[in-house]
Formats: sequence, structure tokens, C-alpha cells
Amino acid sequence: MYEGVPGVTEVVEAHGETTVVVETERLVDACVHLRDEEGFNFLSDVSAADYLGWGEAGVSGYIGTAAGRDLNAPMTQGLQVLPRPKPKRFSVSYHLLALSADPRRVRVQTWVDDGEEVPSVVAVWPTADWHEREAWDLMGIRFSGHPNLTRILLDEDWEGHPLRKDYPIGGEPVRFSEEE
Amino acid sequence: MAVSPVATRAPIYEGTRIPHPVPTVLRVPDELRATGDVMTVNFGPNHPSTHGVLRLVVDLFGEDVVGLEAVIGYLHTGFEKNMEQKTWWKAITYPERIDYLSYQANELVFVLAIEKLLGLEIPPKASWMRTCLCELNRIHSHLVWLGTSALELGAISMFWYCFREREQILDLFELVTGARMHTRYFQAGGLAEDIPRGFFPEARKLVEWMPHAIDEYEAMLSRNKIWLERTQGIGLLSAADAIALGQSGPVLRASGVDWDLRRAEPYLAYPEVDFDVPVYHEGDVYARYRVHVDEMRQSTRIVAQCLDRLEAMEGEPWIADDRKVVLPPREELHTSMESLIHHFKIVTEGYRVPEGEVYVAVESPRGELGCYVVSDGGPRPWRVKFRAPSFVALEATATCMSDALIADMIAIVGSLDTVMGEVDR
Repeated sequence: MYEGVPGVTEVVEAHGETTVVVETERLVDACVHLRDEEGFNFLSDVSAADYLGWGEAGVSGYIGTAAGRDLNAPMTQGLQVLPRPKPKRFSVSYHLLALSADPRRVRVQTWVDDGEEVPSVVAVWPTADWHEREAWDLMGIRFSGHPNLTRILLDEDWEGHPLRKDYPIGGEPVRFSEEE
Repeated sequence: MAVSPVATRAPIYEGTRIPHPVPTVLRVPDELRATGDVMTVNFGPNHPSTHGVLRLVVDLFGEDVVGLEAVIGYLHTGFEKNMEQKTWWKAITYPERIDYLSYQANELVFVLAIEKLLGLEIPPKASWMRTCLCELNRIHSHLVWLGTSALELGAISMFWYCFREREQILDLFELVTGARMHTRYFQAGGLAEDIPRGFFPEARKLVEWMPHAIDEYEAMLSRNKIWLERTQGIGLLSAADAIALGQSGPVLRASGVDWDLRRAEPYLAYPEVDFDVPVYHEGDVYARYRVHVDEMRQSTRIVAQCLDRLEAMEGEPWIADDRKVVLPPREELHTSMESLIHHFKIVTEGYRVPEGEVYVAVESPRGELGCYVVSDGGPRPWRVKFRAPSFVALEATATCMSDALIADMIAIVGSLDTVMGEVDR
């Protein structure tokens, strides 16, 4: 059913959900096709995820190893099961819903590296406006063709994109501290 | 379900009113700007009528709203980032605090996402109790909405009436979970504790009283001249525009779209529950009020059915029997070494959730509440993203306000039923 989507590279079925991976350049074509031909008239959500360091840090386990356990680094020891690698650093997922007598959901996903742009789908679903601004604000993904791509949740002069994995947690710069 | 959810009657207005090019910003037309009579007024972020810290930058031409931009983010606390640092078990406390009026629904959607990744079945008693509490929470959330929205339009007595019943519901939550708000009663696998005995008689009292209470609210508002004048024909949103703007919940149903996730994509015990989905076709503030009131009646019906089923389940398990995920029973900790180890491991390191990504959506009091979760197979979520219905609802302010007066603004913003904690997360 999703093989005819423009730019489709992969259709994944997992956990009872369908993910259609499309080429970034043809994202808008794919979305227009899904909206007009397949009836996905409702955009539920746009979610971006950062996979920096995916599978590098130990992926847990409470099974001990022959080398014992490093008690100073909880959750990082044990037999490591590495998750499957991801094609690029960021994924942007569009959760579509066919709001009709026959409700269906599909996830359209596209992959980008830092600095690459994703075409905006505001012209396809106006609701994408704030979702894309949020993805830019918190994850630093640029959407080309967005009419108003500014920060939405953070201040205009905020530096960095907090939901990135390399954004420091805890410790904010303190003015006039002793070190300064 | 053979009928299309979008009714085939005359649209609320012709064409679309979604502003162009930015769908969420109403821009002042140049010829109006050229008159020099347009005044820009800043509204909020601290204003008693904004349901929290919402800032609206409004352009006024006389009393007409000719330009509008909503500015959000004043309550951003980084819930999603925080959850990435916690184990799955500890992260359950976060979603509740995102929307402080419908905490059970927020908790539920995250727990359902964990269970979907784990492939964990929950016992029927847990399923029914979750349904029951979520519906009580819907009533609670709608009561706060009704009380505060009416208060903002000057009907102060509504506030006291609504909070009277709200107290009863909070007392019930306290009885069951020990906390009035942010209950953290849902665990991956079921419930945190069994239902206490005293719950049923108290809940029955509420179920019996609630229809009379709703009659009282309706007696005060439904045919109140001032209320009608201030809400009817105000804040119009057509079905097509509502869908294009991603609206859900009461806002969508007030625009004539017969859509409810509890019926369209049933979860928990909803397939076995008998309830109606109220739909109104006017698309104005009054229609949204009617939907909210009718939903409280329906939720009361659902709670009554849940109580009937739950009372017959005395002694049944309330949590799945999966020792890798679920804490062992407290009494075993004194006698069983394995139980103690499991308890220690789950609490300190957390359980592991298989690699994958899921999107789970439930019908929260405000509409489609979605949760997108990515797991790398570890004990902590890799990424959690909430599709907050309030966030999306605020996108419709510019469209709803395209022909509004300044006095209507409060009514319109209120009718979208946003909780700023959820908007900003």
C-alpha cells in the first residue's frame, strides 16, 4: 500500500505500527500523496529525535560480566546488546492519522544530519507550523520553506538546542561566579 | 462506523479562515495599518484570564481584533529532556506534571507506550480501574475548565459550584492513591496498589450526585442570556479548518466532527463500555461549552459501568505477573531472596524496554494526547515526545479570532481549553 509513496526507501512494520521512510528531498511529495490519495488528512504530531551516541554508551543490563561491575556508572554495565545503527543523526517523524470512518495511522520518517534541511509541510497541513518550530527550537532542525521558523518555547536569544544529546544537562552559566 | 465523521451539512463558514502565509499569526492588512489607527496591545503573560502564562500580542482597530500572535514558552521546564535521564520507572512521574488537570490521562499514555514496547498484557481489573480513573479525571478537568471559563466571563458562582464537585473527585483520588493530584497510580503492568475497600461507596455517591450537579450548572448557564450573548457565534471554527489545524477533543467535536479516540481506536476497557460521543455543529464557544457539559454526563455513565464491573472483581490481580518489570509483592520481600533482588534491581537500575519506537494516542480531556517513545533497549527512554492537545489547540487562536472583538478574546481563548503546562512542557 505504501510502495507507491514518492521517494519511499523503506517500509517498516514494528510494534503494530507502520513506518514509511522517505527521502528528505521528496518529503512534501510523499505527504501530499498520503493526504490526497491515502486519506491521511490529519497530522497528529511531528517528532524529532537525536541519535548521537546511539548504541555507543553501554546499553544496560543487570547481568554481570566476567570483569565485574563498575558501581560508579550505574546502568552501563553488563552484557551489551547494541541497538541497530541509524542511517543519520536525526530522524523527523510525522505521525499521520486518517480521520475517517476507517481510522488508520502511519509514521512518515526522514533522516538528516546536522545542518541539513527538511522541507516544511506547513503548506500540506497548517498544523505543522508550531510542531516544526518546536523541532527547530529544541532539536535544531531547519525546515526550508517554513513561513515563520523562529524559536517557540525558548527565548529568541537562547543558545543551542536543548533536546540534542550533546547539550549539557545541569549546570547553567552563573554570572559573577568566583571562577570568572 | 460506516458514516464519515465529518457531517455533510452546510459548513459553518465558506472557505477557510486560516491566515496565510503563517497559519497561526493573524497579520494586520496593510490598508488598515496605513490608517494609523491600529493599536498593538500586549496581553499577558501574567493575566488572570489566560489560564496560565500565555502572552497574546493583539492588534486592535477600535474594538476589532485585526492582528494576533500567541507567544508561548513561559512555562517550559524541559520535561522531555528530564525524562531521558530517568529510568522508565521513575519517568512515569513526569508526564503527570505536564498537564496538571488531566494527570491520569498523561500518565496513562506514557505507561501504555511502555507496555506497547514491552508487549505487556495488563489484567482486566487494572484496565477497568484505569478507565474509571481517567473518566473521573475527565470530569475533574472539565469542571475546572467550566468553572474558570465562566469565571472569566463574570459568572463567578459557577466557579464555586464546579469546585464543589471537583473537591469530591480529588477526595476520591486521595482515597485510592494517597495523593489528590499527580497520583502516580498507574504502573507499567497495571496499578500501583489494589483498590481500597472504601472507594466504591464513595464513588457511588459521586456518580449519583453528579447528574444533579450538572443540571445545576446547566440551570445557571445554558439559557443564561448573558452567557448566550457572550458565547454564541463567537470564535467560529469550521470542520475543515479544525482538521487542517490538527484540532482534537471537544474543540473538534464542537465543529461538527464526530471523532473520539475512545471509540475510533478503543483502548483500555472502552470497547466494552456504553457511551455516546456528543457532537455539536455550530463551531462556536457555546458549542464547546455544550460538548464539555455533555461529556461530563457521559463520563459519569462510564464511571458507573466501571464501578459495576470492578466491584465484581474483588480479589483479582491488579498488576501483571512479570517479575522483570513489576515490583514483587511487598510481603514477599521478608521471605524471598529472589524477590528482594528483583525489587532492588527494578528500583535502582530499572527494567529494560526493548528497542523500538512507538506512538500511542489516547483521548485526554483536551483531545488527542500522543506519546512518541524511542527506546534503545536500555533502562532509560532515549526520546520521549508528547503530542500535547493544548499546544495544538492554541494554534487555532488566530483562526478563531479572525472576526472577534477584544471582549470575545477571553471567551475564545478559554473555550480552547488549554493548560499552559502542557503547551510549554
